[in-house]
Amino acid sequence: MNLLRDMDYSVLQQCMHCGMCLPTCPTYVETKREKNSPRGRIALMRSIADGTSAVSEAFADEMYYCLGCLACQTACPAGVHYAELFETARAEVERANVLPGVERGFWRWLALDVIFMRPWMLRAIGIVLRLYQQSGLEALLRRVRFFGLLPKKFESLEKQTPRMSAAVSDELIDVLETPAEPRYRVGMLTGCVQDIAFSDVNRATVDVLLANGCEVVTPRSQNCCGSLHAHNGAVENARELALRQMSAFDLDSLDAIITNAGGCGSHLKSYSHLLPDHPMAKKWDAKVKDIHEWLAAIGLRAPMASCGVDRVTYHESCHLCHGQKVTRQPRELLKAIPGLEVVELPESNWCCGSAGIYNITQPEQSQKLLERKAGHIRTTGCKHVATSNPGCHLQIQRGMNEEVQVTQPVLLLAAAYQRESRQT
Amino acid sequence: MTLIEQLIAATDASRVLTQHEDLVVYGFDGTAALKEMPAVVVLPRNTQEVAACVKIARAASVPVVTRGSGTGLSGGSVPLPGCVVLTLVKMDKIIELDEANLTLRAQCGVITKEIDDAAGRVGLFYPPDPGSMKISTIGGNVAENSGGLRGLKYGVTRDYVMGMEVVLPTGEIVWLGNKCVKDVAGYSMKDLFIGSEGTLGIITEVLLKLVPKPKARRTMLALYDTMEAAAETISAIIAAKIIPCTLEFLDRMTVKCVEDFARIGLPVDVEAVVLMETDGHPAAVEEEASQMMDLARKHGAREVKMAQSEAEGATLASARRSAFSALARMKPTTILEDVTVPRSELTHMVKFINDCAARRGLMIGTFGHMGDGNLHPTFLTDERNHEEMHRVEEALEEIVDETLRLGGTVTGEHGVGLAKKRFLRKQMGDGSYELMRSVKMALDPDALLNPGKIFDLKSAS
Repeated sequence: MNLLRDMDYSVLQQCMHCGMCLPTCPTYVETKREKNSPRGRIALMRSIADGTSAVSEAFADEMYYCLGCLACQTACPAGVHYAELFETARAEVERANVLPGVERGFWRWLALDVIFMRPWMLRAIGIVLRLYQQSGLEALLRRVRFFGLLPKKFESLEKQTPRMSAAVSDELIDVLETPAEPRYRVGMLTGCVQDIAFSDVNRATVDVLLANGCEVVTPRSQNCCGSLHAHNGAVENARELALRQMSAFDLDSLDAIITNAGGCGSHLKSYSHLLPDHPMAKKWDAKVKDIHEWLAAIGLRAPMASCGVDRVTYHESCHLCHGQKVTRQPRELLKAIPGLEVVELPESNWCCGSAGIYNITQPEQSQKLLERKAGHIRTTGCKHVATSNPGCHLQIQRGMNEEVQVTQPVLLLAAAYQRESRQT
Repeated sequence: MTLIEQLIAATDASRVLTQHEDLVVYGFDGTAALKEMPAVVVLPRNTQEVAACVKIARAASVPVVTRGSGTGLSGGSVPLPGCVVLTLVKMDKIIELDEANLTLRAQCGVITKEIDDAAGRVGLFYPPDPGSMKISTIGGNVAENSGGLRGLKYGVTRDYVMGMEVVLPTGEIVWLGNKCVKDVAGYSMKDLFIGSEGTLGIITEVLLKLVPKPKARRTMLALYDTMEAAAETISAIIAAKIIPCTLEFLDRMTVKCVEDFARIGLPVDVEAVVLMETDGHPAAVEEEASQMMDLARKHGAREVKMAQSEAEGATLASARRSAFSALARMKPTTILEDVTVPRSELTHMVKFINDCAARRGLMIGTFGHMGDGNLHPTFLTDERNHEEMHRVEEALEEIVDETLRLGGTVTGEHGVGLAKKRFLRKQMGDGSYELMRSVKMALDPDALLNPGKIFDLKSAS
């Protein structure tokens, strides 16, 4: 068995190696080596499918050096479905078990098989982390440089621990929230990391939906959408999570399922690829909408008050712009806020290096991309940068500390609606 | 020391690639269905390293194939089995921009678009714009004598090369040409290397001519219900003594694929779209633009539109540049041709190509540079379908014969490489074919550099 050999060969053949992807690939631009480019990676996959190359450790390393940012998919005139190739290749790497290391195996098991399969456990971890951060223990340990005693890898990881929200989404959002004059009825996805570290973004998303005439249904204790698993070669777990996700909603009673995290949305819209025989998957995919996309589709009601921020620049989450092709709507949303100047960010759709768990698995390359991003943000002179994915949010905040404040379009929009309601 | 050890000693270990996974990905360029495995890939940083690698390969009698970004469309940079590949993308510095003499000197690995961008920052312009200009290297452009969308008015790469540094098959480094507009001292050796496809020497540095950036530019789109009407418009524009910088056409299939990709609102129910662009002095541009629009309407355009801004014009041109790759959306394999005929034969040739495809039951998309007679009929097929591939071969043969009968050439801008090799003698005739071969033998008697490209080395007769 070999997943690359078993897949539809025409997907591999779709790449005619013209090279249009090269200048948009962050890893190729860094190294200028073909192996680190989309067409190089596809050539390797095809070579495995042809039986002229083996699923080797070098191949595996390359598949994990790829960010999976999908910039190549935007650049590709031939319409190569890189996301599918990339997920299949990583799944084959895991199936063939060519990457060594007991330690890697342990962390993968802990994250992909244990924690991110169990929403209660993730929330429990969130609560413990929150207490640890609130109690001042974290600050104390950092002050006495306790983490300097740990191996370097853990020391740098410790710095990346996200700040936990004061409450999880279920505490902030009711199962059913209804505006005065409902026009639509939508389901709300609260996510996993989003739920414990950005529950305020979830609350803000519900607020802007209500302000735009949407009744919001938010099932309790939601699961991870499975994108983490699909992108890291754990397809079976991804399938299981997709099934759980779909069963949490009464699809026919809803006009849309709203997601507010770029990385999740891209995956949530492709359940039919994961579960081709599932009777609901196609309909599910069609109903999943990114919040910015949905608001633009139903006609965003511009707020009548400002949001408290006067200048902002916008960094695009890769899987929102390349994965979902949602580029115009978040900018329009920001521009609809009175008194808010939106400054275009150079290379706004270039990966910031967060890329799921890439900042953990490839810290060096991730850091280079973060610095590139920070440099561009500095040129805008903005003190606020908006983005719409928890990974990007954490990464940029970590890279720029006090220099800028990272926010999200829905946070700014919700703040504007809130000010508006105070004025009236 | 082994060949690999010597190459590492001449460069460094991180830039000498020998692992299987590193070699597979250098096995091809932008050409369909051509693949070979090199023995080693080296990424030199400067001319001295290139020269050292050539000497090492020469001593070991291992052929050398040079490549830039590997976007070639005739197989010119596809390796030979077991060869040394020199990839020059790391030689990517612009060395000098001389505003007094309107020249730019750059290492061979600079991306073509970066050259034009650098010129543009000081009000200058580098006109050659091959479809791959965002990716391809200037060294590759010179070695292939690349064309582009602006060939009609501005000519091709050759017209902008004033000088170059070349590493010869002996490993010797020579400089050819200078900054003088006039120079008749001796043979124009640089011209020998332009378009030589890596068979005579390795171009490591280029001195390019720049021109003042046109002050104004207008981009227009004319839509047609018949291909003939589109071709007639082109003839009428040329006959009216207008030389626009761009006259591109796309047929129905190509427009559909480009629109599928770029989503810029191209109409998909037309038989042909002609993209027209004029640049120069603002007054002249306005006049030419309105003349061209009138001519298009007079010759049966269903609709003629003008881009409202420079950005909109650039979007249209950029969409056109994606045509070849976009056609790949339809079928697994795209076989791209590059036949060129005298402009007066254009209408006939386009019709011939369509009839030929229809007669053989083949799917084809045609686009190209109508203003200069350079067509890109593209067969959409599947390399695994041997029966259909055979019909493609037959159709190609027929198209080439007709092209040559009309006084045309098998390749207008992609080069001969491997893909057009078998047609070359037919086009050139025995005399000039053998003359070309004797030049190769004089410069590279040991057949070190890219042997077997353009023509076979051993005489068949």
